Amino acid sequence: MGIKVDLEKCVGCRLCVKACALSAIEVINKQAIIDTAKCNLCAACIEACKKYAAITITRDAGKRGVDVGLYRNVAVFIEQHEGTVAGVSYEMLGEGRKLADRLNEKLHAVCIGGNMQSQAEELVHYGADAVYYFDGEELVHFSDDRYATIMADFIFETKPAIVLAGATAVGRSFIPKVAARVYGGLTADCTKLEIDTDKHLLLGTRPAFGGNLMATIICPDHRPQIATVRHKVMKPAQKDPARTGEFFVKRIEKGRIVERTAIVDIVKEIESTVNIAEADIIVSGGRGLQNPENFSLLRALAASLGGAVGASRAAVDAGWIPYSHQVGQTGKTVCPKLYIACGISGSVQHMAGMQSSEFIIAINRDPAADIFQIANLGIVGDLMQVVPELTKAFNKRAG
Amino acid sequence: MNIAVCIKQVPGTTQVKINPETGTLMRDSVEAIVNPFDEYAIEEALRVRERVGGGVVKVITMGPPQAEVALRSAIALGADEGYLVTDRAFAGSDTWATSYTLARGIKALGDIDLIICGKQAIDGDTAQVGPGVAEMLGLPFVAWVRKIEEITEKSIRVQRLMEEGHDVVDMPLPGLITVVKEINTPRMASLKGKIRAKSAKIVILNAETLAAEKGKIGLAGSPTQVLRSFVPERKTGGEKIAGEVGDLVAKIVSTVKELNVIK
Repeated sequence: MGIKVDLEKCVGCRLCVKACALSAIEVINKQAIIDTAKCNLCAACIEACKKYAAITITRDAGKRGVDVGLYRNVAVFIEQHEGTVAGVSYEMLGEGRKLADRLNEKLHAVCIGGNMQSQAEELVHYGADAVYYFDGEELVHFSDDRYATIMADFIFETKPAIVLAGATAVGRSFIPKVAARVYGGLTADCTKLEIDTDKHLLLGTRPAFGGNLMATIICPDHRPQIATVRHKVMKPAQKDPARTGEFFVKRIEKGRIVERTAIVDIVKEIESTVNIAEADIIVSGGRGLQNPENFSLLRALAASLGGAVGASRAAVDAGWIPYSHQVGQTGKTVCPKLYIACGISGSVQHMAGMQSSEFIIAINRDPAADIFQIANLGIVGDLMQVVPELTKAFNKRAG
Repeated sequence: MNIAVCIKQVPGTTQVKINPETGTLMRDSVEAIVNPFDEYAIEEALRVRERVGGGVVKVITMGPPQAEVALRSAIALGADEGYLVTDRAFAGSDTWATSYTLARGIKALGDIDLIICGKQAIDGDTAQVGPGVAEMLGLPFVAWVRKIEEITEKSIRVQRLMEEGHDVVDMPLPGLITVVKEINTPRMASLKGKIRAKSAKIVILNAETLAAEKGKIGLAGSPTQVLRSFVPERKTGGEKIAGEVGDLVAKIVSTVKELNVIK
């Protein structure tokens, strides 16, 4: 078991050395040597060595697993906030439907909430073949214990092959607990999902190393194959009122779930009403704003576009705007349709959080700023002049 | 109060540079650091120890033998004990097998009241091991903690950062929290701490001492595997223009109009 270099095939070309992010490979006497203590079996070297195919990873034949043939269908977790289905859940339904069709299997929606039966019923119109609505006053607000138990029990009962959930604060909190409990394979924060129809496998592709490396993950011997999926990447399902499907209301048996944590208070604190993870347009500011007051320029621009305000780490660290607005590796990862970076130089850590935006406009005085390397439209100019004029122009258009 | 902090040694990703010619990661620029989110976890553990007036902070990491360096940096900051979970049998662990192994490791630390993890490691970016460990240990769990409001021997009240604000959550102890950057500003190591860290004894825990089930560790115990990994296509810069403010504004307006994104 482990990673091996076939010394017959290895030509000492060093491509694997360059591909290894962990500095685990050295070439000595024209042969690649892998330090297995450092190696995390990420397989980057195998990709680099495609031409010679000298590196292989082998696995234990006696690997434990389950009878994968017993597992069928795609289940999606429906996240709701105070009784309203979250946008990300429609994306899960859209993507889940595609995967189910590829496998010729059914799509099940698992909605956990309270006082939202009519909305839950409507999920059938968004592609679900069956909706399981777990209803209860105590389920309105997110709870790790309750949600994890419901989801794990649902998996034990219905044996889905694939489970999807949004990679949100809620999804990324309780889904790992579900995976731990059911011994499923969990891939975090996927940006692409595909099906290998021959092997009946889900291929989940996700960024790692702050977006510097992409990895495609599979789960061959365990079920279900679980993925949390990045918000705003998949296309949301469209409503089709003609679609029909089954609807089940489920109630939790008393005493089935021991709830250990208690929510004492829920505090909303986003400045504007638009959450940056949900926004289609983000106007973001960095050190170039020079002081906190100048964020009002961005707020005005964002308002004229119906967008949200983001910030670089530099601006947050300076105390100009709360952390909940921070975009980047240590803040939020966003992929809006339009990202306008104002006075942001473009550090690796910031770009990790926004480079998958559909369209990027950068406004910066410094023509050599790194942000221009990924901007679809680069504006070399003074944001203090450009931004207010821009706001005027958009307001005029709207007015 | 006994606190366990789970940390990870990671490549210093902010220094990762892509070679523009080959499109591959430049290895020379990668040095090992303590995962930045774990620094907030260490700091918070030290603050809790100070706040409740006593207790032991035990840092634990799973990784290759050289991950010992990460434990020593935590001790330099003020942690009391360091535990290194290491064994060739653990190689290739995914987040499930890592959660299982770390949970076994934490069991070996004796009575623990609070476990603190960083929200995620900056290499894998999964954020799955914290909740995984909580589940394996059967402990209550709160993610994305940005403030500990109150803590006693028996319970903790925290602020959990959500997309649109925060929840205030009560949790009984023992329990596990993962912390975000906003929770504190980590201290620097003192000279005294650095000296202590140099000679501190690091306890080694391997598969045998942890009585880890063979089928649940390493590659064999991992449900997921990496099929392939690759460097993503970098966006290449588009048009870059300079000039009069009026022209720049007109260009942006016409571009945005074409995108058809304004409702």
